[in-house]
Amino acid sequence: MKAPRFKYARPGTLSEAFGLLSDFGEEARILAGGQSLMPTLNMRLSQPEIVIDINRLDELKGISDEGDHIRIGALTRHVEVLESSIVTDKLPLIAEAIPHVAHVAVRNRGTFGGSVALADPAAEMPACALALQGTFVVEGPNGRREIAADDFFHSLYETARAPDEILVEARLPVAQPGEVFAFMELARRKGDFAQAGVACKAVISGDVIESGRLVYFGSELKPTLGAGAMAALEGKSWSDDLAETVAAALDDDLDPMENLHGSAAMKLHLQKVLTKRTLSAAVEKARAV
Amino acid sequence: MADEKIDIALTVNGENVTATVPARMHLVDFLRTELELTGSHLGCEHGICGACSVRVDGVVVRGCLMLAAQCDGSNVVTIEGLSDSEEVADLQDRFVERNAMQCGFCTPGMLMTAAELLAKNDELPREQIREFMSGNFCRCTGYHAIIDAIETTMKDRKAGGAR
Repeated sequence: MKAPRFKYARPGTLSEAFGLLSDFGEEARILAGGQSLMPTLNMRLSQPEIVIDINRLDELKGISDEGDHIRIGALTRHVEVLESSIVTDKLPLIAEAIPHVAHVAVRNRGTFGGSVALADPAAEMPACALALQGTFVVEGPNGRREIAADDFFHSLYETARAPDEILVEARLPVAQPGEVFAFMELARRKGDFAQAGVACKAVISGDVIESGRLVYFGSELKPTLGAGAMAALEGKSWSDDLAETVAAALDDDLDPMENLHGSAAMKLHLQKVLTKRTLSAAVEKARAV
Repeated sequence: MADEKIDIALTVNGENVTATVPARMHLVDFLRTELELTGSHLGCEHGICGACSVRVDGVVVRGCLMLAAQCDGSNVVTIEGLSDSEEVADLQDRFVERNAMQCGFCTPGMLMTAAELLAKNDELPREQIREFMSGNFCRCTGYHAIIDAIETTMKDRKAGGAR
């Protein structure tokens, strides 16, 4: 189908963008990479009065090493994250996950910030940011504020960003010695949205998992911490029995949505399988250090 | 500037183009209906199939997922321009030899994506070629012939030196 009629504006500065956002309120949509917004426009699932194209706001672009954290500008495209040596060296979880994000033509346009701000429940980057306990910076007419990833994702496509605010950057903590990371997802075709997936950060000594942070995506309304699973593995030695115990805890942690990609029961099963594989991979990585 | 009609000036296949486009018009509708460059095909029109792949500012993109208005100032290359430049003449020969198309609907998109693969890599395992091409659907060939054609081109280029 063809997109509905709308106005188009391409602000040259953030303040100009805030002016447009306050003028049009809920009737405005921010166009970043457009790899999710454009399909919804073409299918007329979204009928905004105005599309505000922020692609020329260069201040929102780029990846930089800030010491204890890496700054990823909201308009940084997935391909730049994929090819970034800073990401490879300092953010191993992102480096492992980013090849799963879409296909080449979509990665050439789609942005890190767009993925976070949209909060598609099957998207990889929101889950990774939550696993890393990153921080998002949003800016509005009243200035900037920082929002912890833990507080950012509210529900299906709902976040803590106010309608008159723009996500400007993500700050992701640099991997520390002793931390290991693992990422897995299942999709019908590599690069498609995940049916189930898990992002994991853990501290492992020998076979003992001192702590682990497990974030699930693809099955829930939003990226979701497996709190019970995390409690079940803390301080325990890795074994097949522990794997079963941790996986069983997901019965209470998760409440999968049924959709075209599978039933709730199937998704819960897949998340359990992925949990065992992901933790096993994390333990292997810790042994290899 | 907030309008339903947008003035744009861009380069398409090396030629300067100026136009006034509806804000809602995506790039491939602009190319096909305004410039009569009908080599870029519209399959799904929501970014799944890859038939509309074109090159914008040096990288392959989904032409249905960019507004024409966004391409103001951009350098756009379509399959027509790519063919004329002979950048992928060898790949096109391999497509014909290997019968890597049947109806041909996906072929322009396949070539646009493969052009980027070949420009970025001189040696890749077959699995990675498949993965790179996985965003482009073909409903006829079953893909093997397409991957064969790309793989052969890559090997030929490496054996024959830089093009």
